[in-house]
Amino acid sequence: MNANAVEVAGVARRFGAVHALAGVDLVVAEGEFFGLLGPNGAGKTTLISILAGLVRADRGSARILGHDVVTDYRAARRALGVVPQELVFDPFFSVRETLRIQSGYFGLRDNDAWIDELLHHLDLTAKADANMRALSGGMKRRVLVGQALVHKPPVIVLDEPTAGVDVELRQSLWAFIRKLNRDGHTIILTTHYLEEAEALCGRIAMMKAGRIVALDTTQNLLSRFAGLTVRVSAARLPDDWQPRLLRREGDVHYLGLSNYAELERLLAAMREGGIAIDELALAETDLEQVFLRIMAGSETTDEAQPAVAVPEA
Amino acid sequence: MRRAMATGWVTLLQKELMRFWKVSFQTIAAPVLTALLYLLIFSHVLESRVSVFGGQVRYTSFLVPGLVMMSVLQNSFANASSSLIQSKITGNLIFVLLPPLSPLDLYAAYVLGAMVRGLAVGIGVFAVTLLFAPDPLAMAHPLWALAFAVLGSGILGTLGVIAGIWADKFDELAAFQNFLIMPLTFLSGVFYSIHSLPPFWQGLSHFNPFFYMIDGFRYGFFGLSDVAPGRSLALVAAAAIVLAAVALLILARGWKLRH
Repeated sequence: MNANAVEVAGVARRFGAVHALAGVDLVVAEGEFFGLLGPNGAGKTTLISILAGLVRADRGSARILGHDVVTDYRAARRALGVVPQELVFDPFFSVRETLRIQSGYFGLRDNDAWIDELLHHLDLTAKADANMRALSGGMKRRVLVGQALVHKPPVIVLDEPTAGVDVELRQSLWAFIRKLNRDGHTIILTTHYLEEAEALCGRIAMMKAGRIVALDTTQNLLSRFAGLTVRVSAARLPDDWQPRLLRREGDVHYLGLSNYAELERLLAAMREGGIAIDELALAETDLEQVFLRIMAGSETTDEAQPAVAVPEA
Repeated sequence: MRRAMATGWVTLLQKELMRFWKVSFQTIAAPVLTALLYLLIFSHVLESRVSVFGGQVRYTSFLVPGLVMMSVLQNSFANASSSLIQSKITGNLIFVLLPPLSPLDLYAAYVLGAMVRGLAVGIGVFAVTLLFAPDPLAMAHPLWALAFAVLGSGILGTLGVIAGIWADKFDELAAFQNFLIMPLTFLSGVFYSIHSLPPFWQGLSHFNPFFYMIDGFRYGFFGLSDVAPGRSLALVAAAAIVLAAVALLILARGWKLRH
């Protein structure tokens, strides 16, 4: 199939006076492991809901593997598996019943072999006949992942899938999702754990206030912002360094620097200004720093490029 | 592909049936007991004082089809509406909204599930009340009774779908039930023949669609009715079609379900 996994063109959506999405264009190629990042309220979940047919766009169009999510919704939904953000479950059923019922909704009657495999990969085999109410939050989350995968969707969307899942299980969950990606499934992930996105995603879009403000391969994003982040505890900053401030927590200032020479100039400026430094630490750029810089609005990547798909090697 | 499409709504129907079957003590046994209490109390108080159909039918026997139909209607409504509002409030309705189920799939599954629950309770009520009033068993026109039971349960199942989608909270659903469904049921002639009412209230009863369901259903038992059964059937069928169209339109628009 030549179609892209996901094509979003000019999608906008308002909720009252709030522009949840203010015109988003995005193409995700088949086989990508794609990250969708942004602070709460950036529009990530609205975008995912539009792909899933849970929310309708005011304008623009969205396609899953070439199938329009409104006019060809049956094919679009069959191609898509969504792990919702909310921890929801049906208290009337056991884990296996839940997965069987979900299979049936997608037209699959004899799906037990795949259900068993899902239970195994999600470490739920021992809980197969337990009622949903009896499961811990992390287990319920894994059942949600299972429900999204019952029909082996070519495109899988995970909206904050690891919230509330403990570290060990998070690792096994990612191993499983990676395997699905290697097997050819396209993965779209939103997460608050930026180190997860950095480790997993080949390409990343960052959203802010309903727009995509950065879109590039993870490598390019990291190298574009190559540099240092310095954490300084001090009562204040010299005035001409204020624009470099990424974030402030009380007396703790985070500044983005491009190299060590700048660090020297910062220290000199603080000495001249008579500002005492209580503590100082340096960090290499990671995705979190990139994220903070982009969200601070000090830097953006080329916004004109979003229609170009950059599949991972 | 066609088989797959059929499986989707059949699974949702099965889920709806499993849902009430797993709590059948509450969803079937409880309403049967309620109907039995009505029968015992009303027949005890009114048997010797109320004459129906010119004395051709004992009051207790007259009461049986009324109670059966009332149970069918109330439980059909309760099944669809409570299933939908529970799924909406707990958020698990998303499991039904993500798959490729069409508006007709959703409508068929929720309404048929409601009909099965309503008819199952109706059969239970009928079986238990027969112990106290055996003569309704000699049904004059069983197919007429069946037609009204099926249409009535379908109508109330559809109303349950509409109310379940409309209501955002349990108390809104309770208001729909207490201020619309209950008065229409109790004033429909379950407990009396409308011929015993003053002319004004008789006239008003003719605007109550539930009256035709009860009256037509009772015709199936005794061959006697307040209104010609064909007329009742036509009105009830028309109501079923109009409500089904409304429910399908709501589902197709995604009103309150897809934002």
